[in-house]
Amino acid sequence: MSAPATMQATTHYQDLEFQIAELRKKVEELGPAQENKLSMIVFSGDLDKLLASMIIATGAAAMGMKVVLFFTFWGTAALRKANGDARGKDFMSKMFGWMLPKGRNKTKLSQMNMGGMGTAMLKGLMKKKNAPSLDQLFEMAGQLGVEIKVCEMSMDLMGFKREEIIDYPNLEYVGVATFLNHSRKSINQLFI
Amino acid sequence: MSAHAVAKVLDLKGLPCPMPVVKMSQEINSVKVGEIIEVHTTDPGSLADFPAWADTTGNEVLETKQREGSIQIFVKRLK
Repeated sequence: MSAPATMQATTHYQDLEFQIAELRKKVEELGPAQENKLSMIVFSGDLDKLLASMIIATGAAAMGMKVVLFFTFWGTAALRKANGDARGKDFMSKMFGWMLPKGRNKTKLSQMNMGGMGTAMLKGLMKKKNAPSLDQLFEMAGQLGVEIKVCEMSMDLMGFKREEIIDYPNLEYVGVATFLNHSRKSINQLFI
Repeated sequence: MSAHAVAKVLDLKGLPCPMPVVKMSQEINSVKVGEIIEVHTTDPGSLADFPAWADTTGNEVLETKQREGSIQIFVKRLK
């Protein structure tokens, strides 16, 4: 009576052991552990979305997280200097240069812009409420060690040259692999 | 009079999000482990944000007090 029960228990035990070994193998294959890091793609070049990105970035840095921001597509225009110019651009690059905002302070709201009135109103409100401006947020981000990575392909597509890009303490030109390598090790990933 | 032995008082009144936690993170290392910082803010979000900040950074919020016109928070450095 008890013999089959014991045998059954033994098989069950062996099965469990086998499963644990399999799991152990899978855990080892998972690779590097995740870091207390935030990887954010800043895709938008809108004032409101840039504000959100920078507030989250500085907040995360304050929480002790490592923060990496990847500026790509419309986001790259926000990294231009307000008065930077580059020579030797072809026609299309010049067109993009004219059409896109020249730096973070020329960006507009994604909604309720109303020909610039909405943006001006928001900026006035922010001043009144003592909310940090994009200038202040970028400066703070630099002090807190927030890293900025700029998408090399976006730069090339829009015809931006490196001498047009702001001076920031921790800025680097990268491709998609760099972003993916950071994001796969991050506990937090955002796309804004 | 507060019941806590405070090592430093941080006046963050008038600063909106994210400034209170940013300033807090910059000031926490100015006191020794085990010491307490008393923070004054006017940002209502601080009531939730300081405990969240402490939870993530491994420090401790001993007490939050809603006073007239401002919020008083006692933060103990644990790390």
